[in-house]
Amino acid sequence: MAADAQSAPRMPYGRARLIALGRATKPIREASGIARALFWAGVVITLFFVVLAVFAPLISPYHFNQYRSNGIRFPQLAHPSAAHWMGTTVQSSDVMARVIYGAQTELKVVVIALAMSLGVGVPLGLISGYFGGILDRLLVLVMDAIFAFPYLLIAIVIAFVLSTSSIGGGVFTAAIAITAAYVPLYFRVVRNHVISVREEPYVDAARALGARPRTVIRKYVFFNVVQNVPPIATLNAADAILLLASLGFLGYGIQPSQGAEWGYDVSRAVSDAASGIWWTGLFPGFAIVLLVAGLTLLGEGLNETLNPVLRLRRFGQFEFAEREPREEALLDE
Amino acid sequence: MRPETVVTPESRGEHAPLVSIQDLRTYYSIRGSFADRLVGREAGVVRAVDGVSLDIRRGEVLGLVGESGSGKTTLGRTLLGLVRATSGSIEFEGRQIARLPERDWRALRREVQVVFQDPHASLNPAMTLEQAVGHPLVIHGLERDRERLRLRVIEVLERCGLAPGTDFLDKYPSDLSGGQKQRAVIARAIILNPTLLVADEPVSMLDMSVRAKILELMLELKQDFELTYLYITHDLATARFFCDRIAIMYLGRIVEIGPAEAIYAEPRHPYTQALLRAIPEPDPERVVPRDLPRGEVPDAALPPLGCSFHPRCPRAFEPCGWESRDLRELLEARWARAAGAAGVEEEQALVGDLDVLDRSTSEARLPAPRGRRPEDVVALLERIRAEDPAEPFWRGVERLEARGTRTEVDFHNPQDPRLEPVGGVEVACHLYGTTPPET
Amino acid sequence: MSGGSILQVRHLRVYYGTPGRPVRAVDDVSLEIGEREVVGLVGESGCGKSTLGRGILGLLPRGARADGEVNFDGRNLVGMPPQALRRLRGPELGLIFQEPMTRLNPLLRISDHFRETLEQHEPRLTDAEIKKRSLETLGRMGIPPTRFRQYPHEFSGGMRQRIMIALALVLRPKLLVADEPTTSLDVIVEGQILALLADLKQNFGTALLLITHNLGIVAEACDRMAVMYAGRIVEEGPVRDVFREPAHPYTRELLRSTISLETKELHSIPGAPPNLIDPPPGCRFHPRCPDAMRVCPELEPVEQRLDERRRVLCWLHGPAQRVPAGGESPLEREAIGIADEA
Repeated sequence: MAADAQSAPRMPYGRARLIALGRATKPIREASGIARALFWAGVVITLFFVVLAVFAPLISPYHFNQYRSNGIRFPQLAHPSAAHWMGTTVQSSDVMARVIYGAQTELKVVVIALAMSLGVGVPLGLISGYFGGILDRLLVLVMDAIFAFPYLLIAIVIAFVLSTSSIGGGVFTAAIAITAAYVPLYFRVVRNHVISVREEPYVDAARALGARPRTVIRKYVFFNVVQNVPPIATLNAADAILLLASLGFLGYGIQPSQGAEWGYDVSRAVSDAASGIWWTGLFPGFAIVLLVAGLTLLGEGLNETLNPVLRLRRFGQFEFAEREPREEALLDE
Repeated sequence: MRPETVVTPESRGEHAPLVSIQDLRTYYSIRGSFADRLVGREAGVVRAVDGVSLDIRRGEVLGLVGESGSGKTTLGRTLLGLVRATSGSIEFEGRQIARLPERDWRALRREVQVVFQDPHASLNPAMTLEQAVGHPLVIHGLERDRERLRLRVIEVLERCGLAPGTDFLDKYPSDLSGGQKQRAVIARAIILNPTLLVADEPVSMLDMSVRAKILELMLELKQDFELTYLYITHDLATARFFCDRIAIMYLGRIVEIGPAEAIYAEPRHPYTQALLRAIPEPDPERVVPRDLPRGEVPDAALPPLGCSFHPRCPRAFEPCGWESRDLRELLEARWARAAGAAGVEEEQALVGDLDVLDRSTSEARLPAPRGRRPEDVVALLERIRAEDPAEPFWRGVERLEARGTRTEVDFHNPQDPRLEPVGGVEVACHLYGTTPPET
Repeated sequence: MSGGSILQVRHLRVYYGTPGRPVRAVDDVSLEIGEREVVGLVGESGCGKSTLGRGILGLLPRGARADGEVNFDGRNLVGMPPQALRRLRGPELGLIFQEPMTRLNPLLRISDHFRETLEQHEPRLTDAEIKKRSLETLGRMGIPPTRFRQYPHEFSGGMRQRIMIALALVLRPKLLVADEPTTSLDVIVEGQILALLADLKQNFGTALLLITHNLGIVAEACDRMAVMYAGRIVEEGPVRDVFREPAHPYTRELLRSTISLETKELHSIPGAPPNLIDPPPGCRFHPRCPDAMRVCPELEPVEQRLDERRRVLCWLHGPAQRVPAGGESPLEREAIGIADEA
């Protein structure tokens, strides 16, 4: 028996991984009409911006702070034209360049912020939910207190404090400010799910096998709890973009020298609007709306496909075949 | 009974039991209303296991039979260290394990394993069978080489009927049927070669045609691996087939314990008798029994006085623990039977609010409502007694009279029944007890 | 069958849609239930018995469709518009489920549950009459009037099931469908509830379709029984006759595998119930049948009436003239691999 096992073909590791991936994405492939459309629309839009962000130096005709080329200064507040597809700002920067580089800034900050929020919120939620007790009560108290404040307020306070400190007003400051606002969200979601999973027989079984708490959390609880996170993270990213833009709008975001930021551009464009100059505000503003919409669609699409409660499986259409008369003939005989 | 001979301690030359439980108690405190929680007050205590003493002999199958609220599952979990005992002692192979700290349980877990009831929930949905079944070896550091680990997993899977093992390694629980899942759970439990296996309703969630296969597998494994089983179930039919000895539990206590055949041949405790009568038997000559004990298992947080079964027992008498709540039940049952008939409302108005009787005391004090006389209540009760004098309740009543503005009922003193040997078994029932009924 | 038949199911099919081919949960089932009869529908998990119960009442989930006839009171319930069906459900057709807690509204008192039900279906009753009827029905179920105004969570599982049954019976339906009503209850409470159900015909004049996997319940409480396997009824007849002399091999094997107090030896049926999307060809039981013949995987069996009250779906009982030459010799096949075991 053992010899057979050794010579029997064993599935290659890679193929096993593919199968696992196939299982994980099964809900997405089986999703019904609306959920699918939402999901893919969101994917397309988000990908578009990701491409912009990643390949900004290659795509954008100019640097975001560039106000001249070949020694000639760009016109100020110029209408959209062949040279400047989206016009220029009061500081002679190309609006399109600022929009493209803005994508880079937004995504950079949000990705870092999300990573930090998850990195702090999820483990705390796991520990708090699994162990309970005083630690749990304390953490819940703290997190609920932070949760009670409006996101924007927390972000502004932290951004303000950090920007006057040695870290300065860069990408990291903005990221930290956003992180602080969202950690309680992930903490709560993960903790609540852990509390229900904790009572499941297979977690009990793991304890009965002799697994240490950290093993139980890692192998038995974590994977079953983490499925909730992607839809929330994407919806959260949408929210974070808005938060960053708001910070920028209020002047607490990225310093102009560090990067282009849409919210900042919109705030600068407010005074232009009075003079009938629409392109400095419209394009960055539209970019915000589009990216947030894309992420939201992606998040909602993920939620509809992954959440078993909302999931509407695609029911195949079928017809009842003609019934072969089995009984009738018999009754005649 | 099963064909093979029962392994007795004498035949193995061992006399000390594998597990010896003495007066074990596991209580849960329950969180009460919001106000209670605010102040931090406990609202009550559930006495899930309320003074259990028994031995598990090496090599036997001991059945723990009871309905919900009997405490059988909690007893199993206390034995496994998943729940801390409140008091009492558990000796496993000579070691005291009742309140062992979690740290010290790890090494012990290699010897005491469990199979749970719900095969669909006992396996981690995120782990393949190879990972799940092999995990015990990894946890205890018994097999670090990946290839050898896989071989051991294959071996134990095939031993449990999942062959060829290689086909099952990459399967997730959702790919398997109920019976296959339970086989995997059993495989996981025995891969460590434990001494004691606690099986909590291992087949009750499986189809009938599959149960036999899993029970057969468990019997084979018992032989091959020299296991001892604690078989927890509510199903007396499988227990009869599977177990050597059986302990019947009711509300945290053992009411009857003895060799399986003795219990089935001559059940002594009224609860055991009721259980056996109630099991639906696939014999069309039988009819649904109409004389089952009334009521249900009471709330474990507020157990009845004396013998917990007395409110439902058809043969209860003086010492069984009569109390105020029994009077309430008597009246309510009467009104339920006659519901809709004339006179019920009048009687309800005469007696008044019954909530005052909701106390666990051997005296009942029922204040007459405004404008009513307690003498009329006493007359009503006497009428009720005359209608059915055989009702056990009346044997518990020592004194019934009207005093001032209220009706007073005193019951005989309650006595807790203790397990005492009767014939070849032990029974905790005053009918067989050496405690003389109060004259 | 005493009295006339009140429900005739003819060639009912209920399929569930999936991303692929449909699941043929109920695949051509015919059944009759007479006035005041207690009919047991027995089968293991996945045989389609619950779907049949719900299909009769038209309570199918999304993606499921029914075809065929369910004749009740002269009307076909399949394809009836939802409003008309709703009016029938309750006063004519009742249903009780397995888990009573999830079916009672935790925010409503018991009295409110009854009031809602009676007001909806018998609007001409006065408040006093409503209360009287409710208390009477509850009393028959052993629930005292002093608890009429309590909430569902204040009752135990067994009492909630009684309340559910009372709610179904207060409208005096002609037929009650009970889907595994005692599975989640303790044995003694189960016995009490079964006694209530078995006496329905006397006390309420209601017929009962009792869906269960427990053969003991069927033996004790039912007059007639139908055995389901893989979406079809394979045997039907009076309980006594079927138990004494099961005609279908599955019935026989199922009876042998049932563990009772008298069991001396363990029996099981090799293999596992089939996939209902792609069931085995011919007779669906043939891969597991110890008496399978060569004809069994080739042709679907024809329903045979053994006598006036019994029928069976199995080639062992003919009709002989339909079996091709050589079809009656035993089927040879590989032993069922353990991997296919349940």
